[in-house]
Amino acid sequence: MGPEVIGFSFPNDVHVTWSLMIVMYPYITGLVAGAFVVSSLYHVFNRQELKPIGRLSLVASFAFLLFAPLPLLFHLGHPERALNIMVTPNFSSAMAAFGFIYGFYFLLVLGEIWLVYRKDIIDRARAARGFRRRLYKILALGVYDDSPEALRIDKRIVIILAAIGIPAACILHGYVGFMFGSVKANALWSTPLMPVIFLFSAITSGIAMVLVIYATVQRFAAKPISGECIQSLCRYLWLFAIVTVTLELLEVLSLSYERNEEWLVVSILYRDHLAFSFIGLQMVFGSLIPIILLGIVVLMRKYLTDPLRNMIAFVAASILLIQVMAMRWNVVIGGQIFSKSFRGFREAYRPELFGREGVVVAVLIMVAPFVVLALINRVLPLAYDEKREAARG
Amino acid sequence: MKESQTTSLPRREFMRKAAETLGGIAVVVCASGGLGTLLADQQHKKGAPKPGVGGKGQQVGVPHEYDPTHHRYVYLIDVTKCIGCGACVRACGKENDVPEGFFRTWIERYIVSTDGEHVDIDSPNGGKDGFQPKVTGFEVAKAFFVPKICNHCTQTPCVQLCPVGASYRSPDGVVLVDETRCIGCGYCVQACPFGSRFIHPKTHTASKCTLCYHRITRGLNPACVDACPTGTRQFGDRERKGDPVWKQVVSGKVHVLKPELLTEPNAYYLGLSYEVR
Repeated sequence: MGPEVIGFSFPNDVHVTWSLMIVMYPYITGLVAGAFVVSSLYHVFNRQELKPIGRLSLVASFAFLLFAPLPLLFHLGHPERALNIMVTPNFSSAMAAFGFIYGFYFLLVLGEIWLVYRKDIIDRARAARGFRRRLYKILALGVYDDSPEALRIDKRIVIILAAIGIPAACILHGYVGFMFGSVKANALWSTPLMPVIFLFSAITSGIAMVLVIYATVQRFAAKPISGECIQSLCRYLWLFAIVTVTLELLEVLSLSYERNEEWLVVSILYRDHLAFSFIGLQMVFGSLIPIILLGIVVLMRKYLTDPLRNMIAFVAASILLIQVMAMRWNVVIGGQIFSKSFRGFREAYRPELFGREGVVVAVLIMVAPFVVLALINRVLPLAYDEKREAARG
Repeated sequence: MKESQTTSLPRREFMRKAAETLGGIAVVVCASGGLGTLLADQQHKKGAPKPGVGGKGQQVGVPHEYDPTHHRYVYLIDVTKCIGCGACVRACGKENDVPEGFFRTWIERYIVSTDGEHVDIDSPNGGKDGFQPKVTGFEVAKAFFVPKICNHCTQTPCVQLCPVGASYRSPDGVVLVDETRCIGCGYCVQACPFGSRFIHPKTHTASKCTLCYHRITRGLNPACVDACPTGTRQFGDRERKGDPVWKQVVSGKVHVLKPELLTEPNAYYLGLSYEVR
């Protein structure tokens, strides 16, 4: 027996072909792009107050990048043929661009991280003994030139890489949105707004994720949280959250006002089938509450103590992470709940628990970047060592 | 600290070597990939286009003498003749070993009320077992059956966005899937406006109507056309002089599904009502 259908669906339309994994994919890719944009605020635009998370955001972007293709591989019917996307690409396909954009971006982030950490690596290669020494020597790639001149050049290349990285990150995530927005058969996806919405919500999720990681790490390490840093992150987060939600609402508004064929199905979709995840989770809980909270942080700064401000920021950022996840779910799954007959809806989609595309795998994929982040932190510290910097002059 | 060791490779030199190594790896990867593709292409040419999932014991492949450039197939569905017996759906299922719950072709039943406000549509099991009489809560003005298949669109989005080129349009106008290349991403399933595609639960590749490519390249009709007792489903070749089906299409009042999407379907409908999407 297939899933239950309300109304009339084309008989092949009752299956949800793009599962939970395809919800995870744009979510993780969005975190990659967003975290990178945050790191560039420090590395390119020289926002000194963001120095405490300059490295963290860059490495976090990389950690998420490592796992971004994994949901796709779990989803593919033939993952062993995955590389064909790069070997025999069909250039008229939006999806074919993934391998190239991903590969380019991977090298770029890796290069930037290496240059940012080069001085640290050299220092450690010289100071450490035994296995650690060997590890740092490998990471140094045989280059031990840490003269002020060399470091100055490093810094300039970092700025260039980070500057190229901003449009690259935008392309990486804009492309994900384009993959949905360009499907003219789908009433919910097919809008030129889609890449823009994805992009802005990606940046929102990236800033929120960096804020959450930073606050958590400092707390567990019993180190002070930089108030300036949190305040600045909140300003950016507020701005991007407002733009994101505005765009998301604009899409619904224009659909409802045009009253095209699409609205026949989308209106019922939002009202009956996504009432909880769209209206409840994405719009009221996920958008309204954090925008108010962040508004308080930004506008009522002088009335807030540091711990209170940090707590509000942490809560708002955590909620926004849920909001973006809900948005991915509502787009990917919502777009498959209704039939292209525009007359039928299948019952709610519930992902399997233990299967290849199930909840457990999704959680593991989501946890993996944090494990990598913790491992990297043991080798290359994510926080700037103020004392050592001061000693270095 | 051995200073000589730590300054053995100047940075510029390192960058150059790194670039060379990376370039080398890239060339090897591309070359091996390219070779694989070339070999696959050679095999491809031997049998011309290969249809998707074949039936049990059915000879998949295309006869050597078949030249796809000499054909342009066209499919015509005369809605006024369909009695909803489901023979076509059953024939398709047998011929192509279509998995249970998935459809390469199906039949829809439309029942419209006298005030035109109610349109009751159903397609139980794709119409495979025919249709049972139905009691509606309204006075019926008209009722009719509409068979559906892949429209084999000329400007088809499924081929446009297949990332590896596994979905393709043969020169004779048939949209096919090379299941040896399909990665099973499901993008084409999302892209088809007519719901004609699905991911085959056994092969995990995209599957769809091939117009019975293994039959039509041997001069036979698609199985659904031969099974149809009323002549609802008709199959023609516009490259054939005086083809009666193509003549009906060019000279008759025909319609295509979702014309606003400009996919240029090659499955035409005679007597289609506006309720049908």
